[in-house]
This record gives sequence, structure tokens and C-alpha cells, in this order.
Amino acid sequence: MSIASSSPPTRRGDGRLAAVFLAPALLGFLVFLLWPTLRGVYLSFTRFNLLTPAEWVGLDNYERMIHDPIFWDSLKVTVEYVVINIGIQTVAALAIAVLLQRLTRSALLRGIVLTPYLMSNVVAGLVWLWILDTQLGIGNEIISALGADRIPFLADETWAIPTIALINVWRHVGYTALLLFAGLQAIPNDMYEAARVDGASEWRMFWRITMPLLRPVLAVVLIMTVIGSFQVFDTVAVTTAGGPANATNVLQFYIYGSAFGRFQFGYASAMSVALLVVLSAITVLQYRLTRAGRTDLG
Amino acid sequence: MAAVTTVTATPPGIRPLKRRFSPGRAAAWTVLGLIVLITLLPFYWILRTALSTNAGLGADPTNPLPVDLTTSGFERALGLQSAEEAVAQGGAGGGLDFWRYLLNSVIVSTLVTGCQIFFSAMAAYAFSRLRWRGRDKVFGLFLAGLMVPTLFTLLPNFVLIKQLGLVDTLLGIALPSLFMTPFAVFFLRQFFMNIPQEVEEAALLDGASKVRIFFRVVLPMASTPILTLSVLTYITSWNDYFWPLMVSYSDSSRVLTVALAIFRAQTPATGVDWSGLTAATLIAALPMLVLFACFARRIVSSIGFTGIK
Repeated sequence: MSIASSSPPTRRGDGRLAAVFLAPALLGFLVFLLWPTLRGVYLSFTRFNLLTPAEWVGLDNYERMIHDPIFWDSLKVTVEYVVINIGIQTVAALAIAVLLQRLTRSALLRGIVLTPYLMSNVVAGLVWLWILDTQLGIGNEIISALGADRIPFLADETWAIPTIALINVWRHVGYTALLLFAGLQAIPNDMYEAARVDGASEWRMFWRITMPLLRPVLAVVLIMTVIGSFQVFDTVAVTTAGGPANATNVLQFYIYGSAFGRFQFGYASAMSVALLVVLSAITVLQYRLTRAGRTDLG
Repeated sequence: MAAVTTVTATPPGIRPLKRRFSPGRAAAWTVLGLIVLITLLPFYWILRTALSTNAGLGADPTNPLPVDLTTSGFERALGLQSAEEAVAQGGAGGGLDFWRYLLNSVIVSTLVTGCQIFFSAMAAYAFSRLRWRGRDKVFGLFLAGLMVPTLFTLLPNFVLIKQLGLVDTLLGIALPSLFMTPFAVFFLRQFFMNIPQEVEEAALLDGASKVRIFFRVVLPMASTPILTLSVLTYITSWNDYFWPLMVSYSDSSRVLTVALAIFRAQTPATGVDWSGLTAATLIAALPMLVLFACFARRIVSSIGFTGIK
């Protein structure tokens, strides 16, 4: 990554002042992020039930994980969820952000788009649990009125994951669009004016101006949303609790159950390490692919 | 990079295209209209459900208006009904003290937002406008922190909070996110870097110290992203469920999200108490809607217009 400095070059550095400015954040970083990360890795090599001290067991947890079909199944379910969730959400958020940028200056519309993000995942999950209820939900009443069979969205093995993915698109798409919209603000309006004078279409301006200049922001947003998406838990917890028949047993939910349901903190930590490795790999890959540190304005 | 970044700090006003009617624009507006509908209709449906009786919901599920208009769902959610009354109306009868959870949520979110944004801004300033040895390496470390999934730190952090004796306290809920998030630091650093060098140089020539520049130049010039980030942080903190679920065990530290999930878990044998449950979700969501109504207009419009003022 290129870390561009916009400070004027000076003879003496600001070392002492920087230490003061950095101190609180660094403390938080070390105590509540770095230390628990290392500790989490350590715990993955132990048997630990929270009550007695952690006991070193070497690679036992990892061996168990490799032979645990439920783990592999939950990884598969999670990836399925992420692909649906991120795919739809990114396209929709980009569309919303660009529509808002090019069509209207209405603050009200931007506010409306953000509204679902004000709800917690718990609230969003409950809202859609009700709307999609097989017997009484308005969603199924409409489907039924159209002459189709009612769909047990959250109680069916095939439907449950796409449904949860869409519920979370509903809640998060406005926030993602807002981040992208903030990025769009950075693009000088003159560029659009100039392109329009040259007779460029909106479509062409999108691909030639918006996309290249938005790319750094888009890359960061993608990395953040993918990481967030992999950690889906709340919505599953309130709508399906991992069911039916483990169809929505996403990794985070399985990890939580292992730790707080069966008190296998060591095994839960090992699975968390696996998740960390997967996410790190994806992040590095995404960062490379999208050249996140650079913009075309140079 | 400087060219783009300058503009980020003082965004230009978005001038809407004043064009004659075109099919493309009509289609774009239609899409936007659909998005608005999908966004807002569920809220109306929740309100309609909360104002209905459970019996009415079962008898007339498609009525667009509340069935047997009543506030009993809200009374049940706020624990204002007696247990027998609640059970008779399809509730679970376990009263929840939502006023207390509301206060708990306010305390945690306010503490987290105030401290986290300020400390993150300080760090972002050190990473963007101060020159010191090892800056890029330390920032790289912070960036790497972005890659650590939340649950990964939650479990060991829970162990730490337990060792500190802070389980089931509001401080225990707030502490891990009190000092910074890598995202806040990264986000603010981007904006700080985009502040024109000339502005800082002018202040330096006037004899301003770097501390003064932080408070008098950098923070005010980045007030829009800071306000945006603050509201988003407040919402994130307010909506957090997983971490409070781990730390909180009694009314004294229970926040709204956890209380809501408990309300849902109390589902009576007769079927889900949809009226009470939707009323409870509205109660949990309303403060954020009010917060948004107060701040969002300023945030949302300032995003587009700060550059002109």
C-alpha cells in the first residue's frame, strides 16, 4: 500500500507530540485488540472451560476441527451467505449512491435510505420474521393471494440462508451506500461538467469517472463489508437459531454455541483462528485486486 | 492524491442535472421510488401490527390498518400489564423494565461514542499530519487490526473483562470499544490527509502549534465526517447485541437489544406475541429514529454543501 504523506517536510519530527496523540488509541489497540488476538490464538491450543485454567493440548482442537463435518458444513453455509449478501448489497449500494449523486440533492431521500441501518440486527430480524411468517405474515399473504404456495422462508432449508442474506442487505445497504456516497463527494463536479460538455452519457461517465475515482473507497468498503458479513450472528440468533437442520448454522453461530453452550472455549478459539485466516486471505486478495491504496488522479 | 483529497475535505455542492425528461431518468426515478418503498413499508407494517390485538392479527392478517386498534402491545412491552392480563392477550406475562434498558443503552452508547471518536481523531492526526519515525509501520499495524474479526477478540476480551471484575457492568460493556476502532482511525486519517497543506502552513506561519492546529484547523475542517462518524458509532453501539449478550447478566447492565431478544425468547405456548413483540421492537428502535431525525438532516445536507458555506 502506498502511504502518501501530506505533511510538509520538516527538519525535526513530531515524535513526542505524536506519542501523546497516539497514547489512548494505542492503549486500546494493545489491550483490547492485539492482546486478545494473541490470547485467542493461544486459547486455540488449549482446553478451556472458563472455570479451570486453560490446559495446553497442542493441535488437538485443530485435528478435531478438520474431522468435524459440522464445522465444514457451517463454513459452507457461511460462504453461501456471504456471496449472496455481499453480491446483492454491493451492487444495490453502488446503484443507490450513484442514483442519489446524479439525480437529486434531496436530503430526505438520503435519510430514508439510511433508515433501516438505525435498527439493530435484532430488530431487523424480528421485523422480517413477522413479515415472512408462513401463516400470518403479509409477505406470504401476498404470495398466497397471487395463487402461489406459501413459502416457509425461514423454516425451509433452501430458503433460509438467502432470506437471512436479504434481510441483512435490507438493513445494511443504506449504510454501505452512505459510505460510497461520501466517496462520490470527493469527485470534483467539474469532471462531470466537462464530460457532459463533451457529450458523454451518464453510463459512460459512470464507468469513466465515477468507478475509477471511487475505487479506493469501494475497496475499503468491500473489505469492511465482507469481514462484517462473515461474522453474521445476530440475525441468525433471533430468526432461525441455526436451523432448520443446521441449514443456517453459520460459523459464528457454531463458534458461539461451542463456547457459551458447550463451554469448549478452546475449540471455539480454534474455529475463530480458522475464520481469521480465511478473512485475512480474502482481505489481502481483495486489497491487491482493487489496488486499494491508489487513485487514478495520482 | 493531493488533488482528490483536497476536494474531500471541502466537498463541492452536488448540482442536480437540470435536464428535460428522458426515459433513462424516468427509469432511474422509478428504481429510486421502489427502493424507498422497500425501505419504508416494513416500518409501517410493524407499527400497524403493534397497534393490533393478537386475536385480530390472526383473524385479519391482510388488513392494511391496525386490527382492533389498541395500545395493549406497548403496555405489555413496557411491563405495564399484570401477568394475567398479558397472558389473556397472547403475551408471556414476564414484565420487562424497558425504561431501565433505555437508560443503560444511552449510557453505554454515549460513553463509547464520545471517547472513541476523540481518541481515534487524535490517533488519525498523528498518522496523517505529524511526522515521526515508524509512523507507517504503526499505521500498518492498525490497518492489520481491521482484519481481526470481532468475535475473535470478543471471547478473549470476555475473559479479560471477567478478570477485571467488570462482568455485568455498563463499564464492562463499554470498555473494549472506548479507545478506538481501526476503522475510525482509518476513516478520519483519510479526511485529515485531504486537508490542504496550505491551510496548515498558513497556521504554522501564524505561530500556531501542532496541538492548536489539531483543535482549531483539523477538527473543524473535518467536522462533517466527524459528525457522520459519531452518529454511525452511536448507532453501532446502540445496536450491538453480541458483546452485551456475553457481558450482561442482569437488569443492571441489560441493554435494549438483549432485552428484546429475551422478550422474543419468552414466546408463550399459544404462539408468538406479535403485537407485543413488534411494539417492543418499535420501543427499541424509536430513540435511533429520533436521534436521526435530529441530526440526520444536518449530516445528510452538510455532506453535500459544506464546501459552499
